[in-house]
Amino acid sequence: MADKDTISFDVQSSTGDVQRLELPDNINLSLMEVLKASEYPIPATCGGMALCATCHVEILKGVENLSTPSDTELDMIDTLPNAAANSRLACQIRLDHRLDDAVILLKG
Amino acid sequence: MIIQTDIAIVGAGPVGLFAVFEAGLLKMRCHLIDALPQIGGQLSEIYPKKPIYDIPGFPEVQAQTLVDNLRKQIEPFKPTFTLGERVDSLTRNDDGSFILTTTDGTAVHSKVVVIAAGLGSFEPRKPEVADLGRFEGRGVTYMVKDPELFRDKNIIIAGGGDSALDWTIHLANIAKSVTLVHRNESFRGAPDSAEKVSTLAKNGKINLLLSANLKALHGNGVIKAVEIEDKQKQLLKIDTDYLIPLFGLTPKLGPIADWRLNLDKNAIEVNTFDYATNVSGIFAIGDINTYPGKLKLILCGFHEAALMAQSAFHFVYPDQKASFKYTTVNGVNAF
Ligand SMILES: Cc1cc2nc3c(=O)[nH]c(=O)nc-3n(C[C@H](O)[C@H](O)[C@H](O)COP(=O)(O)OP(=O)(O)OC[C@H]3O[C@@H](n4cnc5c(N)ncnc54)[C@H](O)[C@@H]3O)c2cc1C
Ligand code: FES
Repeated sequence: MADKDTISFDVQSSTGDVQRLELPDNINLSLMEVLKASEYPIPATCGGMALCATCHVEILKGVENLSTPSDTELDMIDTLPNAAANSRLACQIRLDHRLDDAVILLKG
Repeated sequence: MIIQTDIAIVGAGPVGLFAVFEAGLLKMRCHLIDALPQIGGQLSEIYPKKPIYDIPGFPEVQAQTLVDNLRKQIEPFKPTFTLGERVDSLTRNDDGSFILTTTDGTAVHSKVVVIAAGLGSFEPRKPEVADLGRFEGRGVTYMVKDPELFRDKNIIIAGGGDSALDWTIHLANIAKSVTLVHRNESFRGAPDSAEKVSTLAKNGKINLLLSANLKALHGNGVIKAVEIEDKQKQLLKIDTDYLIPLFGLTPKLGPIADWRLNLDKNAIEVNTFDYATNVSGIFAIGDINTYPGKLKLILCGFHEAALMAQSAFHFVYPDQKASFKYTTVNGVNAF
């Protein structure tokens, strides 16, 4: 997997549509920035500072591969009414091969 | 009662606040309305303690300090405020003046409307539980405006952030009973508040349900009981007079979308000559507007406020000519 030069994962919108995203692995972006660039309606009000939670996602598959969330991220998630055990803030996840084959549900 | 003013400003974020200054220099009075209980918009609600580095003349300024300074800067022009109310409707009188009406029925009559609504009005995040909407204003409330409303009542607070903890502590002495429902096993952040809440629970002053979730609401017309799934996955039905979900706020464009203004992706299209919208007498400044090259920055909003005021003058004083003077020459002539 590591020698592939694209990263691909599934994104499920709140209405249930699933779309596979395939991205080059040399762009230095967060998952929030990638989702925004792919025209998903994520306001990202705070610009990626883990302060607005508008980029809230649930990792339905593959959460174990991702880096562990920081305290600031967990604090923010804790205040949300619809947080789940695998909730994350997309702005705190780097786009890299750890996302390969993940399934991401948009919740913001 | 109708509030009379020259310019009604929707939104008391940094840009709405600075517009009071620019309007004041031209002898126009302003009334500001904001859905939040405090002024400052995104700065006070989302990042009060963060430093900002791109305000001209301030190498670094804390967001809340900038808001406090703006408040001080506009004081000479005696702005008036309606806070904690959302502007819901905008109507036009035959003489061209406007009436803005809020969710709580406050009416503001003005010659000019300035929309400085940022990313929209800050609205509560709502839990996903059936029938919530049906009980809003009928026992379900998302803001504690007047704690006395809850005196000797049974209340349930849901949430685990600072405001859920703080209101639990405050209302424990006022309400007949307080139940705090939190999804997780512990509270993150604000350790002293978390400590106080667990002491209150230990002493039987409040009912604390951890690892618990709201499942259903019951009542007829008004809320009577809430079903909660507890840690053991058992359903508890708790009688209550109020349910207060406190999960923070997030901006929503809201009613502005229905004011017949030209919109592009949730932003109001304006003319860069004076930030006028397609409706004569209505201007839009700050994050809420869009034009080619728009940047959502505080400093850009300040510039827009200055240009807007020059044109707004013609609506407030149709027979006069606005004269441009430096504050260094003319000073700031208070009302
Ligand atoms: C984390 C973060 C960091 C930022 N850092 C910077 C920075 O370093 N430099 C910079 O220049 N900018 C920064 N910004 C952007 C800056 O905060 C915005 O550009 C600025 O707040 C816009 O001001 P505003 O007055 O237009 O709107 P806002 O601050 O959004 O205020 C609008 C107000 O209008 C109210 N409102 C809206 N609709 C209604 C209604 N119908 N009824 C009643 N009230 C209503 C809202 O409740 C809100 O309080 C940052 C933003 C965030 C979130
Ligand atoms: S963009 Fe604001 S929390 Fe992620």
